[in-house]
Amino acid sequence: MLKTKSAQYSSVGDRIFDVCNYCFMIFLVIITLYPFINMFALSFNDANDSIRGDIYFWPREWTLRNYEYVFNESNVFFATFISAARTIVGTIISVFCTAMLAYAISRPEYKLKKFVSITFIFTMYFSGGLIPGYLLIKELGMLNSFWVYIIPGIIGVFNMIVIRSFIEGLPEGIMESAKIDGAGDFTTFARIVLPLTVPALATVSLFVAVFQWNSWFDVFLYNSSRLDLSTLQYELMKVLSTSSTSTDGSAADAYANAQGNVTMVTPTSVRATMTIVASVPIIMVYPLLQKYFVKGMVIGGVKG
Amino acid sequence: MEKHTVQLTGSTSDDSRLRAYFKALSKQKMLMLMSLPFLAWVIVFKYVPLWGWTIAFQKYRLGRDIFDQAWTGLDNFKFLFQEEQFYLVLRNTLVMSSINLVLGFVTAIVLALLLNELRRIYFKRTVQTISYLPHFISWVVAANIVQTALAPEGIFNVLLLQFNIIDKPILWLGVGEYFWGILGVTEVWKNVGWNTIIYLAAITTIDPTQYEAAEIDGASRLQRMWHITLPGMKPVIVILLIMNLGHILESGFEPQYLLGNGMNVEYSENLDIFVLKYGIQMNNYGLATAAGMFKTVVSFIFLIVANNLAKRLGENRLY
Repeated sequence: MLKTKSAQYSSVGDRIFDVCNYCFMIFLVIITLYPFINMFALSFNDANDSIRGDIYFWPREWTLRNYEYVFNESNVFFATFISAARTIVGTIISVFCTAMLAYAISRPEYKLKKFVSITFIFTMYFSGGLIPGYLLIKELGMLNSFWVYIIPGIIGVFNMIVIRSFIEGLPEGIMESAKIDGAGDFTTFARIVLPLTVPALATVSLFVAVFQWNSWFDVFLYNSSRLDLSTLQYELMKVLSTSSTSTDGSAADAYANAQGNVTMVTPTSVRATMTIVASVPIIMVYPLLQKYFVKGMVIGGVKG
Repeated sequence: MEKHTVQLTGSTSDDSRLRAYFKALSKQKMLMLMSLPFLAWVIVFKYVPLWGWTIAFQKYRLGRDIFDQAWTGLDNFKFLFQEEQFYLVLRNTLVMSSINLVLGFVTAIVLALLLNELRRIYFKRTVQTISYLPHFISWVVAANIVQTALAPEGIFNVLLLQFNIIDKPILWLGVGEYFWGILGVTEVWKNVGWNTIIYLAAITTIDPTQYEAAEIDGASRLQRMWHITLPGMKPVIVILLIMNLGHILESGFEPQYLLGNGMNVEYSENLDIFVLKYGIQMNNYGLATAAGMFKTVVSFIFLIVANNLAKRLGENRLY
């Protein structure tokens, strides 16, 4: 091994390649992280000072004013609560149900295995589309409710495939011996299969949680008249669309006038602050699950 | 299910088999309990909306019962195919998904090749972790970032001014012609790291002795990448390419909706936004459903063709 390494380094071309490659990677890291660092700096910088420009990597005049404003004087605090609620409730329900279904259709002896699998997998190839979907939700009386965030997405077919593949990879003997010990299918699932499936469950949980946390379109479509069911992402989307349709200055004025405090915040500072609030939970969680989701993607990508 | 009904009408010798089948099934009550509620769910939420396609053949009015709508035959489709706006959004859809497809593939493959050449394992892992980040953040946040960066006083204009590439700030999102490029770059920024996962997994399956042999033969770094790593990724590349061709009408919805504005609408509006605009905002449900149905049916054909193509290439493990 050492020998090959020294052989590789002996070539000048190789060394030039390495230098270029490392430089490129550093460039990639910078353009990936810079927007978040910039938003962080803007969110902790005095809003009026930010108008002067030149805030890049670090706040110039530290303040917590933007966060105080966002959480106290707008709907954001409650919207963050709804976002967290749908993320937690939605993830628990969806992952449990998806895993249960995946277990059932992974059992080779199950007589309806094929029929149920095909019925689900077929839905990957078509959808009724926006309008029929909307009308269905309306007919079911789910408009303006919290459950419209949870129920329509309870099973993800891709997620189901990931978990099923994982269960099928478990040694069959484990489930056999549970059966011999008199355990029913649900007991086998809950006591034996679930704990062994943790890597797949972690992957799927991450996917579902990120989906729930990031959703705004279902709020827009189904619950836009219910301010008390709004989510963080939808609130950010509203700020984004108001400041993009008018020039920056007038939006700032409108915002400030409406709030009656001309000197406190600007759309830029509010957007930056909400961006940080919306991103920080994700930034903190996903690196911890990296080894799981990489594996999950490979299983799902090849089988899906 | 199909099979059982066929057996029901079949000869009497099948009778005992059928009885055995149901006897076996009756012992699987728990498995049924664990799966059939979700079967009901998938029928309600995924199959029933298909029946909503009848709206495409109606002059649908809200508030009226679905059985009580006026049927108009193919009028909605006739209107749709005469509508100039429809061809515009179709063009935008196809162009944007083609740009995303080509850019997405090339950048992810190149990045995977380059990541594979990093020897410092911790550096490599750190870069990978960071490169996944934009995939996990929402499109709302991403659109916010793009808008901030491309604003007249944003970092992009500041840098271009600094290097004297432009002499006054450009309102990037205000010029329609730039939209496709901006969208393509944004998609790459958001997903390139994520898309390398599957390629890097493919690279790990390459037999290391190939590299050793190439080295002994005096192959350079680039030659090894070109003649060993890239061919090793080829099966995965081909399959993903075919599968993605099946999604050619799926150009995305959120980025176009969030970054689109009155000034770039001729370039940013795609089929999904068209459906939303006509259906939910203008209450023309019939026309919007017709457009949505067009998209689903064409996509379905593309997907089936793509899948069969992938199968014929011998990559059965896809299923």
